[in-house]
Amino acid sequence: MADDSAKHLEVALVAAERTVWQGQARIVIARTTDGDVGILPGHAPLLGLLQGGTVQVRTVDDEYFVAAAPDGFISVANDRVSILAENAEMGHDIDLEEARRELDQAMAAGLADADADEVRLAEARVRAAEQTS
Amino acid sequence: MPANLRELRDRKASVSTIKKLTRAMELIAASRIVKAQQRAQAAGPYARELTRAVSAVATFSNVDHPLTTEKENPRRAAVLLITSDRGQAGAYSANVIREGERLNQLLREDEKQIVPYVSGRKGIAYYTFRQREIAQSWAGDSDNPSFARAREIADALIEAFLTPTDEGGVDEIHIVFTRFVSMLTQRADVIRLLPLEVVEGEEAPAADDVLPLYEFEPSAEEVLDGLLPKYVASRIHYCMLQAAASELANRQRAMKSATDNAQDLIEKLTRDLNQARQAQITQEISEIVGGASALADANAGSE
Repeated sequence: MADDSAKHLEVALVAAERTVWQGQARIVIARTTDGDVGILPGHAPLLGLLQGGTVQVRTVDDEYFVAAAPDGFISVANDRVSILAENAEMGHDIDLEEARRELDQAMAAGLADADADEVRLAEARVRAAEQTS
Repeated sequence: MPANLRELRDRKASVSTIKKLTRAMELIAASRIVKAQQRAQAAGPYARELTRAVSAVATFSNVDHPLTTEKENPRRAAVLLITSDRGQAGAYSANVIREGERLNQLLREDEKQIVPYVSGRKGIAYYTFRQREIAQSWAGDSDNPSFARAREIADALIEAFLTPTDEGGVDEIHIVFTRFVSMLTQRADVIRLLPLEVVEGEEAPAADDVLPLYEFEPSAEEVLDGLLPKYVASRIHYCMLQAAASELANRQRAMKSATDNAQDLIEKLTRDLNQARQAQITQEISEIVGGASALADANAGSE
């Protein structure tokens, strides 16, 4: 590991209409459909679909943040990590109260269909905001 | 040339108003174009990463996906026509509609049935006026397309593509849109959206860049399943952003020439106006002079 301390991951968190965050990180933890994966420098190339909608990142400056990335996917190659999600958002940009309200609304509106896009999106935002605070 | 002074003055005033209007529209279009270009740039990373990922899956696995498979005997073709919501953009919509008609002609010669999808009020008006059927249409944000809208269109098109042909599905999907080449050049263009052609990045990856053997989670099929619809939406978004920038560039140009024409017209009207006023004054003077000399003659005669 001593060698690895000099290494880092180039992470890009990209939404459809903008780049949400870009920088260097020590570790990225994401939940794919097969379970949580932690990605450290030197990880084997990977393409995975995200589930649950949050991604955790520890930057090289030892900052830690959670981002909402509902229905996204992650690609890892040569220490470059790209997390793509149409509606990616940083956890600390989300207002928890508002996100909860939106989740309730989405649940109420999509009762018949608990798997609706709106519900998943709202859930991911709430989770990201909760984990941040 | 109407010699009526008041009439000329009114016309000049109305042309001046029109000029102010077109000037304002020109400036608005000019400022929005910058924003449209920034948006197109901001959407770049997503499209690029997605293209890399899709190329990776396509290159490193031998998965056949319905969205990439050519159908054996294509009979029905969907055409997505991207036009503007508003006029005042010169020949922008006319050009892209003409390109669409050309494509329709080609498809018809191949004995394919055409299923039109239209985005933008101008295109919808063109089709409804000719009482042609539209499979589905979208309008309202042609100069500022959101990703959500692109996704909506993508979902509709993918659904049509995955429906069997006999049940009203389509075998291939084309997009007709206007490519933003530069501020001066915008070209109506056609691309085939589905089935996806073997995807290589728009910029070929460098030799040492993408060679890794990917692990797929959960599996190559499912990753492809998740990625391709996103890729299609991203392609549509790209086309819509290009079209939006083109629309604004066309509008700016059209409004600039309208402003110039209005200026020419104002100058001509001002000259006519001055001439008419001068003619009137001259006439009045000659009438006064004529009257005075007639009076003088009459007085001279009576003495």
